[in-house]
Amino acid sequence: MTVTPLGIPRRLLEFTLDGQEVRVPEGSTVLDACRAAGKDVPTLCQGDTLRPKNACRVCVVEVEGSRTLVPACSRTAEPGMVVRTDTERARHSRKVVLELLASSVDLSTTPRVAGWIKEYEAKPDRFGPEAARLGEEPRVDNDLYVRDYDKCILCYKCVDACGDQWQNTFAISVAGRGFDARIAVEQDAPLTDSACVYCGNCVEVCPTGALSFKSEFDMRAAGTWDETKQTETTTVCAYCGVGCNLTLHVQDNEIVKVTSPHDNPVTHGNLCIKGRFGYQHVQNRD
Amino acid sequence: MRKRQPKTYTRLTHPLVRDSRDEPFRRASWEEALDRAARGLQGNRGVFGMFSCARATNEMNYVAQKFARVVMGTNNVDSCNRTCHAPSVAGLSAAFGSGGGTSSYEEIEHTDVIVMWGSNARFAHPIFFQHVLKGIRNGARMYAVDPRRTSTAEWAESWLGLNVGTDIPMAHAIGREIIHAGLANEAFIERATTGFEEYRALVEPWTLSLAEKVTGVPARAIRELAHAYARAERAQLCWTLGITEHHNGTDNVRALINLSLLTGQVGRYGAGLQPLRGQNNVQGGGDMGAIPNRLPGFQDILDADTRLKFESAWDTVIEPHYGLNLTEMFEAMEEGSLRAVYCVGENPAQSEADSEQAVRRLRQLDFLLVQDIFLTKTAELADVVLPATAGWAETEGTTTNSERRVQRVRRAVTPPGEAREDVDIICELAARLGHDWKYADSEAVWNELRSVSPDHYGMTYERLEEHQGIQWPCPSTEELEPTYLHGRLWEKDPARRGMPAPFGIVRHDPPVDLTDEEYPIRLTTGRRLDSYNTGVQSGGYASPLRRGEYVELSPEDAEHYGVVVGEEVRVSSRRGAVTAPVWVDPALRPGLAFMTMHFPDEVDTNQLTIEANCPIAGTAEFKASAIRIEKLPVATIVR
Repeated sequence: MTVTPLGIPRRLLEFTLDGQEVRVPEGSTVLDACRAAGKDVPTLCQGDTLRPKNACRVCVVEVEGSRTLVPACSRTAEPGMVVRTDTERARHSRKVVLELLASSVDLSTTPRVAGWIKEYEAKPDRFGPEAARLGEEPRVDNDLYVRDYDKCILCYKCVDACGDQWQNTFAISVAGRGFDARIAVEQDAPLTDSACVYCGNCVEVCPTGALSFKSEFDMRAAGTWDETKQTETTTVCAYCGVGCNLTLHVQDNEIVKVTSPHDNPVTHGNLCIKGRFGYQHVQNRD
Repeated sequence: MRKRQPKTYTRLTHPLVRDSRDEPFRRASWEEALDRAARGLQGNRGVFGMFSCARATNEMNYVAQKFARVVMGTNNVDSCNRTCHAPSVAGLSAAFGSGGGTSSYEEIEHTDVIVMWGSNARFAHPIFFQHVLKGIRNGARMYAVDPRRTSTAEWAESWLGLNVGTDIPMAHAIGREIIHAGLANEAFIERATTGFEEYRALVEPWTLSLAEKVTGVPARAIRELAHAYARAERAQLCWTLGITEHHNGTDNVRALINLSLLTGQVGRYGAGLQPLRGQNNVQGGGDMGAIPNRLPGFQDILDADTRLKFESAWDTVIEPHYGLNLTEMFEAMEEGSLRAVYCVGENPAQSEADSEQAVRRLRQLDFLLVQDIFLTKTAELADVVLPATAGWAETEGTTTNSERRVQRVRRAVTPPGEAREDVDIICELAARLGHDWKYADSEAVWNELRSVSPDHYGMTYERLEEHQGIQWPCPSTEELEPTYLHGRLWEKDPARRGMPAPFGIVRHDPPVDLTDEEYPIRLTTGRRLDSYNTGVQSGGYASPLRRGEYVELSPEDAEHYGVVVGEEVRVSSRRGAVTAPVWVDPALRPGLAFMTMHFPDEVDTNQLTIEANCPIAGTAEFKASAIRIEKLPVATIVR
């Protein structure tokens, strides 16, 4: 018997996206359709390995017949839908969302956000310096990763990755309510006193750099972090026999960060402590 | 808490040689080191053993076994698969003719019952366990069979905490219950298996109440597992070293396989047997022929046509008998019938059971050549040490994982100093010994392997890249096979069904190292989440979870001996004694202790373990030693 895996057969459905007819497999989200059509809809809390959380609202689009704007990341495409991504209302909403986030959170290490702020003419400064929320020092309580909650947009991706969607360790959660809501381990203790198993799967999904590998954090602090000088090479982990794919980020012949391809059938972007951090032995060179 | 960091090793950057074992090493050029290595091996053709590396690439393992067979004229080639999953390979190939796990990770997400037997995958195989957790979230019921209530067991429907070494009574009792409850899959047994009547007679004495007495697990729990497994539409049976690291490891594996044959839980999507392999390429090493009884592609040496194929491909004569496995090679060192060893990337001086004995035997060799990325304890015993590259980050090639998926490894960093790739080094040695092999790159090695191994033929580097790895068998360059093995057993046509799978007629045999008044505690060994094997590799990073080596005791035993967490105690077995601090773990039952082998430079756990070997696969009984705990005269508390 020979079988070529095709996945579950899915019908294509048709709807209108910015005036053009598009066809996508049923079950796709509006965001999937936008990306397939080459449209740049900004996203922050959306994760390709996680279920949509609808937390950040930067991906909103206008759907004909819908009273409110809808988040493209979670809305499933339906036949006959008429979707517009670039209306005045959608653009204005994204602008305000970006202003609110950028005024209260340090987005300096969030990929692409500077471009969006420019594109949507967002002016985060108009709320004044008082809008900054936390003003905390980064928490460096272990040798593997750092938590800098000044950069946290409360997107919940780390909570979901640590929780029932992947890691099932439940070390981190949201503490507090409303304006006091924040990400924390139990009792807001140091990481070393928590249930954390240092898989780094939260760092893998963090969109803003609020969670970062200590290696990256230290190099940024020293001014030596330079992604233009880095290569990314995907190989296989050197520990147990599960065969997780690792992407080694290398700068000046040093491994500075380890990630995993999100579409990999073995890992789906997840690793354990050994795969994520256990590389140092190859570069103990003298 | 005291931070105990293991010894950190720095990379070898140039060859080391010495004229006699009493001298210190001195730095040498590659020319000199390779000449010396070639001289050392030259006179020892036929009394030679090759320790290949389960951590290196398939390409390296292919060339290493070819070196042993063609250059040194011997089938004495093996790797650390012997200390872990050789019984799984032996058991699976005896039943199905093929030594790989029968299922894929993805299938466990879509199964109904999962049995994790002797496996703490949550710690030892965390990303595999994520697939298990998906399965549990999708409604599968998981059962954990393990002497310890591990973090894997915390996710189970039911934990069956059996006594160490009573896996066969447990499996037989499950089998008997399935037969008596009328839940055996008679059509499957009739068509696809042999030896059922014998099996029925074999398990008949193992009533639930007898099993309860022997295993310590309530009859009710055994019955529940039997019914769940047999009634499931699809069930997965997974195991790790809790099954294999026994003096009768292969029998244990056969006993588990029997349950799948009895119920037809094999050869279908979602139904299968999954041994979880412990090294990144321990599956691939065996597939590449770096084992004493198989040629590349898992082809039997005893088969004359197979030998002929390889003899013409390699222009050589292949010894028509099995070589010595790792365990037998160590015995042959003792007898003096093995005089030279080429050890690539292995650390048997610390990983073998009864490590003192292993070191003594290595010292008796005429010539020991070690090729590694570190100066390990084994390398310290060598005549010549050659610096190699790290397979996973400094070379191009492939490795094969637990679900038989061949995946590309790639060079991401430049190796330090003069370190060279394993394949290059072996070819240099082969050239000095009269065999001029030319491989332009790793792909050339791989393509040679593809030409002799039908199971790998369809896997070009290009396709491996395109599909993010391909599972064997893959005989065609156009198509892919199903994700599971042995679908043939369900064919209606007997010709297509092929060889039926025999039930394994295996009997209970308790651990060799019996507990008694003098050594009352059962010691079992395993892995922790953040550390790995002898710690040479995992010691290199600063894990916040690491606390060094402890002897873990149950709360009851700790109280009985009057010892507290952090207190140093003397741990003795019939073979040796070590001093280790105490940790108290409520997951242990009274009479059971746990240690790892991650920190051999501070606590050499393998001085305690017994070298009682599985006669079929040669794996030692790491999982069952009898020990005694003694308070030290002056309490030393380490915190």
